[in-house]
Amino acid sequence: MSANDDILLDVANLKVYFQLPRKNFLAKASQVHAVDDVSFQVKRGTTLGIVGESGSGKTTTAMAVMRLTPVTEGAMRLGDTDLVALEGEALRQARGRMQIIFQDPYSSLNPRVRAGAIVREPMDLMNIGAPGERDARVAELFGKVGLRPEQQALFPHQFSGGQRQRVGVARALATQPELVVCDEPVSALDVAIQAQILNLLRALQQEFGLTYLFISHDLGVVQYMCDEIAVMYLGQIVEHADRIPLFTEPLHPYTWALLSAVPSADPVAREQADRIRLEGDPPSPIDLPPGCRFASRCPFAQALCVQETPPLRRIRAGHAVACHLVSDDGVPPQRQS
Amino acid sequence: MPERLLEIEDLRVEFKTRDGIAKVIDNLNISLQTGETLGIVGESGCGKSMTALSIMGLVPIPPGRIAGGRILLDGEDLLQASEPRMREVRGNEISMIFQEPMTSLNPVYSIGDQIAETARLHEGLSRADAMARALEMLRAVGIPAAERRINEYPHQMSGGMRQRVMIAMALACKPRVLIADEPTTALDVTVQAQIFDLLNDLKEKTGTAIIMITHDMGAIAEMAQRVVVMYAGHIIEQADVGQILTDPRHPYTQGLIRCVPHLTQTPSVERPPLLEIPGVVPALSQLGSGCSFAPRCQYADAKCRAEMPPSTAIDSGHDVACWLTEREAAA
Repeated sequence: MSANDDILLDVANLKVYFQLPRKNFLAKASQVHAVDDVSFQVKRGTTLGIVGESGSGKTTTAMAVMRLTPVTEGAMRLGDTDLVALEGEALRQARGRMQIIFQDPYSSLNPRVRAGAIVREPMDLMNIGAPGERDARVAELFGKVGLRPEQQALFPHQFSGGQRQRVGVARALATQPELVVCDEPVSALDVAIQAQILNLLRALQQEFGLTYLFISHDLGVVQYMCDEIAVMYLGQIVEHADRIPLFTEPLHPYTWALLSAVPSADPVAREQADRIRLEGDPPSPIDLPPGCRFASRCPFAQALCVQETPPLRRIRAGHAVACHLVSDDGVPPQRQS
Repeated sequence: MPERLLEIEDLRVEFKTRDGIAKVIDNLNISLQTGETLGIVGESGCGKSMTALSIMGLVPIPPGRIAGGRILLDGEDLLQASEPRMREVRGNEISMIFQEPMTSLNPVYSIGDQIAETARLHEGLSRADAMARALEMLRAVGIPAAERRINEYPHQMSGGMRQRVMIAMALACKPRVLIADEPTTALDVTVQAQIFDLLNDLKEKTGTAIIMITHDMGAIAEMAQRVVVMYAGHIIEQADVGQILTDPRHPYTQGLIRCVPHLTQTPSVERPPLLEIPGVVPALSQLGSGCSFAPRCQYADAKCRAEMPPSTAIDSGHDVACWLTEREAAA
């Protein structure tokens, strides 16, 4: 994770706070700390996965990168472009370089527009390619995502869920983006269809050198798709590591809990699994107390944990963790039996 | 010999559609024993939820129609039971947890009232006794500060809490059969793990038999002892959970297990493409005379397309409906 020219997306100290309405005019205004001091980099042509429970801020982070939600503080660069400073027409033009694939292929396609027109629209808006060549480009995209050319004439309701998601993928690729945000791209699809879309996304990444920011709560999918993974908890990254070490030697207790909560279809793995069960739900992200946010649910928490927020520290190349109890040479907190 | 609690024999359910009669469930045979968890897996549109609704007597008629078969609860045929009798059965002997904890609670009643309602209707408890039962159930499902929570409304609770309330409500009359229709799909994995532990705990304490409907093989492995795999209204494979996971015989079952990237503790650097099951579940009105999976099956031959394979026992308690197993046996 060293700085070099290969980095496409560089996010530093990103904060997204939402103001809540005051309960009455004398009450203190409270804020939801949806994303609180998050920094990460994504290398060109790779996939960064962001995992976490609902409310952990993973989608808000992606929306902030896309400039679809106001950024409270922080810096974001896409290549040489400062994303935070962009306004108006410059921002609109920059949107062509970053596209998004939405979770729900049922509600993210306009039901009254034909599939071909849905895929063509971004090119018209961004003025990409000569107008006469755009139809050929739409046909090409349909082929790339595994749809037949004559299906351009159909309306979204005439497609199955998997096919709709393919239309969504084709639309995202229409502007030849560098960065594609995939927000839970398969979680609304049937199990047997998920594999088709995941294989498609990987094939397209190899063909076009795409960079993915992949949001998911399904750790099996993330393990398969991502080169690096950031684990978020209540608006902060608690662990960020390369694909293999995150799963073989997870360091943060929350990552352990998350991994051990996934039901395994492998009977051997299930018996060996070292379980950490979390009690209750994550605390509310409104007006958070100081200290480590996971401390209230952490089985190892000590006095220091509730006093001081642990910074995200680099333990070794390709592995960073935000936990006081992980030693500098990467020994995780010891379990008391 | 364990007691056979619930037995479904040759159940057939049809729906009248614009394209003709759709056989939503065709010749379904399932038996459930006391204290057992049975998993039903399959994609959407395979008839899993319709099986659950048939047991509950909740199939919408019309357009639906029970075309044949029997559903025996302790020898009593529920399909012949009168509506007042079914009311007694529902919520009392058989109860159900629905998929969406967000939408299946009534927003204008406190959760205590909603749980107590079941106990008052079925057991004729007084208001005070019923509230005491509700409190006891809320504690049993692990809701913290149950005394305070009992007077709260659904919107004041998180998804995991609401699902616990649903479970408390379903268990209020100590049913003998609990049907859980995708009970955790709307929940986070950490909460899902809590709900699974809770269900397993309750099963051990009360001996309630559970029918768990899901599409997640991991959840099946965690919860079930026996598994039924459904495709287009048919049972295509049925076995103990260990056999299904280690030695699935039907190409569809194999596909369901292999097409999902499972989380492992030893990920490999190489990531080969995932196995795909091509196509989608066919519309039920388009089913021909052959195996319903044949159009998506890589092994399908002329016989598969012409004739429906019968369910054959290949091992004790392991039934498969596939011509392939017969071809293998002959070879």
